Amino acid sequence: MGLQALFFYLFAFVAVASAFMVISARNPVHSVLFLIVVFFNAAGLFLLTGAEFIAMILLVVYIGAVAVLFLFVVMMLDVDFAELKAGVLQYAPVGMLVGLVVAAELILVVGSSVLSPEAANSITMPIPNPAERSNTAALGDVLYTHYVYYFQIAGLVLLVAMIGAIVLTLRHRQNIKRQDISRQVARTPETAVEVVKVKSGQGL
Amino acid sequence: MTPELFYQSLQFALPEIVLAVGALAFLMMGVFIGDKSSQLISGLSIALLAVVGAWIMIAPGNGEAFGGAFIVDPFARFMKVAAIIGSIFALAMSAVQGKAMHLDKPEYPVLLVIATLGMLLLISANDLIAFYLGLELMSLSLYVVAAFNRDSLRSTEAGLKYFVLGALSSGMLLYGMSLVYGFTGNTGFQEIAAVLSSETRGLGLVFGLVFILAGACFKISAVPFHMWTPDVYEGAPTPVTAFFATGPKIAAMAILIRITSETFLPLISDWRQIIVFVAIASMLLGSFAAVGQKNIKRLMAYSSIGHMGYALVGLSAGSESGVSGVALYMLIYMIMSVGTFACIMSMRRPDGEYVEEVDELAGLFARKPFMAVVLTAQMFSMAGIPPLAGFFAKYYVFLAAVEAGLFTLAVIGFLTSVVAAYYYLRIVKLMWFDEPKGEFERTPGELRFIFGISGLFITAYVLYGGPIGSAADAAARSFF
Repeated sequence: MGLQALFFYLFAFVAVASAFMVISARNPVHSVLFLIVVFFNAAGLFLLTGAEFIAMILLVVYIGAVAVLFLFVVMMLDVDFAELKAGVLQYAPVGMLVGLVVAAELILVVGSSVLSPEAANSITMPIPNPAERSNTAALGDVLYTHYVYYFQIAGLVLLVAMIGAIVLTLRHRQNIKRQDISRQVARTPETAVEVVKVKSGQGL
Repeated sequence: MTPELFYQSLQFALPEIVLAVGALAFLMMGVFIGDKSSQLISGLSIALLAVVGAWIMIAPGNGEAFGGAFIVDPFARFMKVAAIIGSIFALAMSAVQGKAMHLDKPEYPVLLVIATLGMLLLISANDLIAFYLGLELMSLSLYVVAAFNRDSLRSTEAGLKYFVLGALSSGMLLYGMSLVYGFTGNTGFQEIAAVLSSETRGLGLVFGLVFILAGACFKISAVPFHMWTPDVYEGAPTPVTAFFATGPKIAAMAILIRITSETFLPLISDWRQIIVFVAIASMLLGSFAAVGQKNIKRLMAYSSIGHMGYALVGLSAGSESGVSGVALYMLIYMIMSVGTFACIMSMRRPDGEYVEEVDELAGLFARKPFMAVVLTAQMFSMAGIPPLAGFFAKYYVFLAAVEAGLFTLAVIGFLTSVVAAYYYLRIVKLMWFDEPKGEFERTPGELRFIFGISGLFITAYVLYGGPIGSAADAAARSFF
């Protein structure tokens, strides 16, 4: 218990501190890097509660894809962040309001599950005990049986998104040099290297 | 789910599975053969759709598959066949003039096949999740094909507009679904209906219902969710517009019928007032706003808004004859749209330029008598003049409304169709009595064939309409 509590406070503290750094860092690239730290620590927190699937998804999707995308956007787009941040204080009241609403919702959710713990029993498909079946396996149990139909259509939807992105944006440009792996592999020293005997003192 | 049950599910969904596998195979062909394969893939797609359509029509057996997510019943069969016919015509139109319209890429027929697959899944959806996924599969493909001519500013604008507004409507739909799920505890349509008939309804459930109806009305472009229609119809390439006017409308109307006439039938007093309002607003806007339109594609957009209003008149009756009327209306409207869009695609100057102004049709009879006669028949049919097919479509939905005691609705429908007749007849007058403007290029044989078939269908409907009408009746009996 003691070790678990220690890690909980470690992850929680680092997560909150880095979250603060995300909004206060001057350099936007630093902000994104701190965001990655937040994701990483949140994954650690999920792992502590036994939700290993969400923890891994958080690592793969949020750090592997979303954060990298953020980094690309921040580095590629020429956005003047100093100018953007100039008026940030005048939005503080709105930010506070949103924060209050989110806090109230969190309190309601947590409060209701504390007040009536029996509500969790009324769901149609109860979650198996994590000690007996890890939740990755439990998800797989239903995903490829009950929900296989939805799973397959979701796959098709993603395929359409991919086709759409390619067909609408890809342009084949002429006269650019492409890597031809078979040609590269087929090269031998005889075809690639020319040995020239140079007479000393003359140059080529 | 046991292996036997799974195997049985696969059998019910076999036509859809074949279509999905076919789309993937065509995609691979397109990747490996390259851009020159687009004609070949279009032809293969048409053949595949025709096979799947025939299969769905003759395959016996009704039932549910995948734990109740997918349903096969006479209604689904009728609407699926109608949607597939629309897709085949749209694909044929784009195959003819794809090059001139910059649609000659192998991805285009693949996306149309996948969109058609989405329609079939949407029509067969028997669960909120299946409903949403089918709708997204259809819509995402539509957004892409709307922007397919990516070098044209209008086409990209149409695609982007459609996408942004479509995403908004998906959000509303999902919000409504989550409310319905929260208040009934189920996502299956039958389970929701069972809960609704046993309990008194909560206010939150009505909110959910309203949001779901809003999302579905967006897809059929009924007022007040119609804003995207004129811009998207005008901006998208004409074969794509023809596609929008056929299958997607049928599929969205099918799911609207299914959720109102099956799932939420216990709440009929709640949804009827919404549908009645939407129907009246669509009929009014569709007839009055179209009067001032100069572009024929925009005109068709407003005309489609009005037609959706008339179809909803039948739905608001909430009866077997009403549903049968709507199913028949969608089929006939699809055939009329196909014919009209085939005529619009034939409006091409000898220098290869497509014209879209209504005035360009002046004196068409002197130049192209056959096309003028067919287009005249289409316009008379759209206006609902007997004995053409459009008259029967309107007749059955108004009859159902009168039987259900919705006299005001039927009278408003009748009056607005008189207003709408003005702009349809104006086109007829232009074609027959005005001075010819310019030469048109020779119409390709395929387009002539398409509008010829469509013209034959609507003029001779009175002779063989019986079996089609009884098929629609059988479809409606799935619910009542």
